[in-house]
Amino acid sequence: MTSSAPALSLRAPSARARHVLIARYAPLATMVALIVAIWYVATVAMNWTLVRDGFEREETPYTLSDVLAGTMDAERPLLPAPHQLAAAVTDSVFGYPPLAPRSLVYHAIITLQATLLGFVIGSLFGVALALMIVHSRVLERSLLPWIICSQMVPVLALAPIFIVMLGALGLHGLLPKSIISAYLCFFPVTIGMVKGFTSPDPLQIELMRTWSATPRQMLWKLRWPAAVPYLFASLKVAISISLVGAIVAELPTGAEAGIGARLLAGSYYGQTIQIWSALIVAAALASGLIAITALVEAGVLRRMGAH
Amino acid sequence: MATEPAVRRLVVDAQDISLTFETADGKVEALSNVSLQVSPGEFLSFIGPSGCGKTTMLRVIADLQQPTSGTLLVNGMSAENARLARSYGYVFQAPALFPWRTIEKNLKLPLEVMGYSEAEQRQRAEHYLALVNLKGFERKFPWQLSGGMQQRVSIARALSFDPALLLMDEPFGALDEIVRDHLNEQLLQLWKSTGKTVLFVTHSIPEAVFLSSRIVVMSPRPGRIIDVIDCDFPADRSLEIRETPEFLKVAQRVRNGLRAGHSYDE
Repeated sequence: MTSSAPALSLRAPSARARHVLIARYAPLATMVALIVAIWYVATVAMNWTLVRDGFEREETPYTLSDVLAGTMDAERPLLPAPHQLAAAVTDSVFGYPPLAPRSLVYHAIITLQATLLGFVIGSLFGVALALMIVHSRVLERSLLPWIICSQMVPVLALAPIFIVMLGALGLHGLLPKSIISAYLCFFPVTIGMVKGFTSPDPLQIELMRTWSATPRQMLWKLRWPAAVPYLFASLKVAISISLVGAIVAELPTGAEAGIGARLLAGSYYGQTIQIWSALIVAAALASGLIAITALVEAGVLRRMGAH
Repeated sequence: MATEPAVRRLVVDAQDISLTFETADGKVEALSNVSLQVSPGEFLSFIGPSGCGKTTMLRVIADLQQPTSGTLLVNGMSAENARLARSYGYVFQAPALFPWRTIEKNLKLPLEVMGYSEAEQRQRAEHYLALVNLKGFERKFPWQLSGGMQQRVSIARALSFDPALLLMDEPFGALDEIVRDHLNEQLLQLWKSTGKTVLFVTHSIPEAVFLSSRIVVMSPRPGRIIDVIDCDFPADRSLEIRETPEFLKVAQRVRNGLRAGHSYDE
């Protein structure tokens, strides 16, 4: 009788922990399962004609289940099945030494370099623009329309022009890609930081005035810390856009290496599985980058008293 | 030989201050010919209905707003020079603490801005936190404190660089009655022990009568002074004084003044 009480109290937390885990991951798992199921159905539907025509061209007799099986492991399917993709991604990530040209790790690193450099350039440029806009009405009126225009031109059209122009200036490889990446990612940073720099309470600004703070103190002791939450919100958008920019920039470079290059090569040769593998690695890369940014954000904001 | 100008110098000397706002529906006379002399060590309250210009007057003295006409000297200087010389500490109705700074670092902020040494900052933060009974809260963030505690931090912050003049704009207006009574007593103590000049804006009659050595009654449209009432209750008064006939008499005079200012409205 007495022994049942501690046993109960020991069991209770683990049951609750399990419950919390289920509550947290059950919706996610359900969604993943649902997507995979829909994907399989779509695989059958989209590859059906392709596989059936294949049998008929070779004039081999076939049954419905033959076609069904064929849709699951076609060599160049319209839509690869999830298990095909899983195998292809695993193979191209773990099947080769990381720096072999057939390894997706190698291509991911190439793209990652351009992404990170572009992200740094774009973010710094974005913050600098926001600072100028916040401190001068004239600059706000003259710069803002151009900043907005810059994002209305499709980057896919601009990228080749940039690459050619920068190439003529003797810039090849990493830097032109980073510049296109920066061109895309400075925008959310500028918009977010203009909002952030102007976010302090009017009372806080007046307090600083009563202490006759210098403009520099106003920036570093008030506007900058007040803008930090806005900065991270912008950076999370900017880092994923940087990746898109870097991939797009790889398309017109002749596509030697990088995730963009794999996408391009895959579409030249109808290698759908290769295209999808590159896409999945790009998505994983983006998720990883956003997760790292979110981690840094959580750490910084906790130190700044967030609750 | 000791001609005492240094002692007698007025903390605030305002002559015919007027301030007119241009708004969409025409001109608003926030202040009209306000003249006021404040001597060192006074506790002076501005009282009046909203829109009477009491806050505007405080902001003009603080150089947060500029008068349309009139002359104003603060500590014998222009209001702007007085601000640049960090002559006053300002307490707003909201604590306006910086949420990313701990309580101690909030207290240090004006000292950082004014270039005090690190040792001096630490020593002053400790001293003024103790003065408002908040020892032990140094490492807390503002959101971890109640509204009354936050407002005490903001008072300590205004005192931290030891200005001779304290400007307080309805500092307890957002707090409940009990906290407000408590802080009134603390503020009175603080005023007695530091000898600072306090200009205090309120719309509470008991608060004004309890705290002040002089009460300025103001009236709106246009904002002007309609009565100045001296009250000299004993320095060691406690909240119980609010029940005495003398107290009620002064309160009645303030109320009459407020009513007179309002009469043309009805």
